[in-house]
Amino acid sequence: MSKENILKVCDVTMQFGGVVAVNNLNMEINKGEIVGLIGPNGAGKTTAFNTITGVYAPTNGAIYLEGKVIAENHPSGKMKSAYKGQNMGKYHKAVLLTPDKITKLGIARTFQNIRLFKDLTVFENVLIAKHMNYRANPFSATFRLNHKEEKAMREESLRLLTLLDLEKNKDDIATSLPYGKQRHLEIARALATNPKLLLLDEPAAGMNPQESDELMEFIHRIRDDFHLTILVIEHHMQLVMGVCERIYVLDYGSLIAEGTPEEIQNNPKVIEAYLGVDE
Amino acid sequence: MSAKKKNICTIIALIALGVFLVIVEQTTTESSMMRSVLQLSAIYALAAVSMNLLNGFTGLFSLGHAGFMAIGAYVFAIITIPVSKKGNVYYLYGVNDILANVELQPVLALIIAGVVAAALAALIGAPVLRLKSDYFAIATLGFAEIVRIVVASSPLNTITNGSLGLKSIPGFGSFYFPFIVVVVCIAIIILLINSTYGRAFKAIREDEIAAEAMGINLASHKQMSFITSSFFAGISGALMAMYLGAITSTTFPITLTYNILLIVVIGGMGSVTGSIVAAFLVTFAKEWWLRFLDQEMIIGTFQVPFLRTGFRMVVFSIILMLVVLFWRKGLMGQKEFSWDGLVRTLKKIGGIFTGKNRKPSASEGGGASE
Ligand SMILES: Nc1ncnc2c1ncn2[C@@H]1O[C@H](COP(=O)(O)OP(=O)(O)OP(=O)(O)O)[C@@H](O)[C@H]1O
Ligand SMILES: [Mg+2]
Repeated sequence: MSKENILKVCDVTMQFGGVVAVNNLNMEINKGEIVGLIGPNGAGKTTAFNTITGVYAPTNGAIYLEGKVIAENHPSGKMKSAYKGQNMGKYHKAVLLTPDKITKLGIARTFQNIRLFKDLTVFENVLIAKHMNYRANPFSATFRLNHKEEKAMREESLRLLTLLDLEKNKDDIATSLPYGKQRHLEIARALATNPKLLLLDEPAAGMNPQESDELMEFIHRIRDDFHLTILVIEHHMQLVMGVCERIYVLDYGSLIAEGTPEEIQNNPKVIEAYLGVDE
Repeated sequence: MSAKKKNICTIIALIALGVFLVIVEQTTTESSMMRSVLQLSAIYALAAVSMNLLNGFTGLFSLGHAGFMAIGAYVFAIITIPVSKKGNVYYLYGVNDILANVELQPVLALIIAGVVAAALAALIGAPVLRLKSDYFAIATLGFAEIVRIVVASSPLNTITNGSLGLKSIPGFGSFYFPFIVVVVCIAIIILLINSTYGRAFKAIREDEIAAEAMGINLASHKQMSFITSSFFAGISGALMAMYLGAITSTTFPITLTYNILLIVVIGGMGSVTGSIVAAFLVTFAKEWWLRFLDQEMIIGTFQVPFLRTGFRMVVFSIILMLVVLFWRKGLMGQKEFSWDGLVRTLKKIGGIFTGKNRKPSASEGGGASE
């Protein structure tokens, strides 16, 4: 596997008012890897995802996708004096792409508390994710001057659902699915955007042990089938250790460790963060 | 039911409606209640469906509909009042030189009315659509009020005729005219809703954050829905001008927006067929069936209480409250009319009469209750 990096997070700090949710985060993710991001509750994992996907503009730092800057910011205005992080003055530009632009560049995600299009069908959920690559303008779409494109879109979506074992539920309303399937659908929907990098926020949450075992295989499978790079947040240690090639550990917003699953399991700092032992 | 069968059913139903209109046209007089209420209902149907596109399908709660209808109505009136009648209409302020010789053909004027309303929506859309839901509702409400004030303001006297309003607006000509326009417009809206852009609108309604994460540009899609909705609101306003023949700025008060909203809510936010059915029900009830509520009634020596002018609207408001309290999803919820759904409903109703649907266990003698 080549060591070309796909995502580079440089000195990213995310501060909400006085709360530093992510503190000087540095990560580098290589093409084709499955990387874990773990840490106790409130460590800042979801916030890190939100800065990568453009939901929040980082307070300071820069993020690159395949060498192209997708976010760069520095404290300004009121934040200048309130800023508690590091590396102030290192970044000058203010590049802030909105989430839709970042998705178009190739980052897709799922959400910790599932965010499906609730009242729409499984099929529609996936079709919607295909919309951004649609080329016809509203006029020709309305008058069906482009039915070839629409047909292709439907076929691709159907193929994706078949591949992910959801085709039987195609016409079901998204929220009528059992919980585990909803998580799968969220992944299917993210895959429908043809991402290069997939971010999964606690995909095993609420799953039983058997389902999470299946999920582990599933993650491997989609990485290979879709030539993906995957960054996954997960509390379920067995899954993280089983699926990830490399792991980053966050605690109180800061990176406290990074390494292979074995290294992480034996890292005293990590054990301490998880067990909350005082020094 | 197969798709082919369904299409045949739909075609038959549409033909039946057409035949119904022909019968009405043949058997009633020019000034009959039936004719005018049917036409008014059709206009409300278009107004409601266009509002539903924005409020029900895109999840943007706008209260500016009457404003866009007013723009459509005024633009239509200004460019269609016959040249020969302009002197009479603008007798007080005189007519603006640019307009003195303008007299456009109604279909063209309808489109222009829609385009102007859409252009104004594009103009205010950028700042207003950035607001969060409640503020968006208030801002659009404010916009509608501003439209009314501007239209009646003195600098525009030679165009809008100030507070005197405009009259001698050409009528429909044919009884069928408003129905044809409304059917064409609603068909276009349905096509849009069922296109990929319509799905994107629904995604925004369901969850903005998820929609954005799926690569949907929120600003441009909201703008698109707002502009399209306003375009058709403009056309419905223009039809209203044709229907009434005379308009002033008070023809399009905030309560007009509420009336349309009532139709949308009763029909179901996010259901085109619901809006259409509700438009006819509500308009018929309000303009015809409930008229007796406004008349004093004396039975023998007993005067029925409450019945007097204005009571109709009280009953109406109560209905609205009841719908919102107990029947929030309206007639159709977010569903559309479907033949399968109709068959299911009929079977259910049939079951009540024949007792066929009863479960064997629920026999008379006190079976297990479910
Ligand atoms: N929008 C926000 N405004 C203010 N504070 C926030 C915001 N989002 C997150 N935080 C704070 O940032 C910290 C990190 O939250 P985050 O959700 O990223 O944690 P997490 O690691 O994902 O935790 P969990 O495992 O519970 O999901 C928390 O203290 C949280 O309260
Ligand atoms: Mg989280």
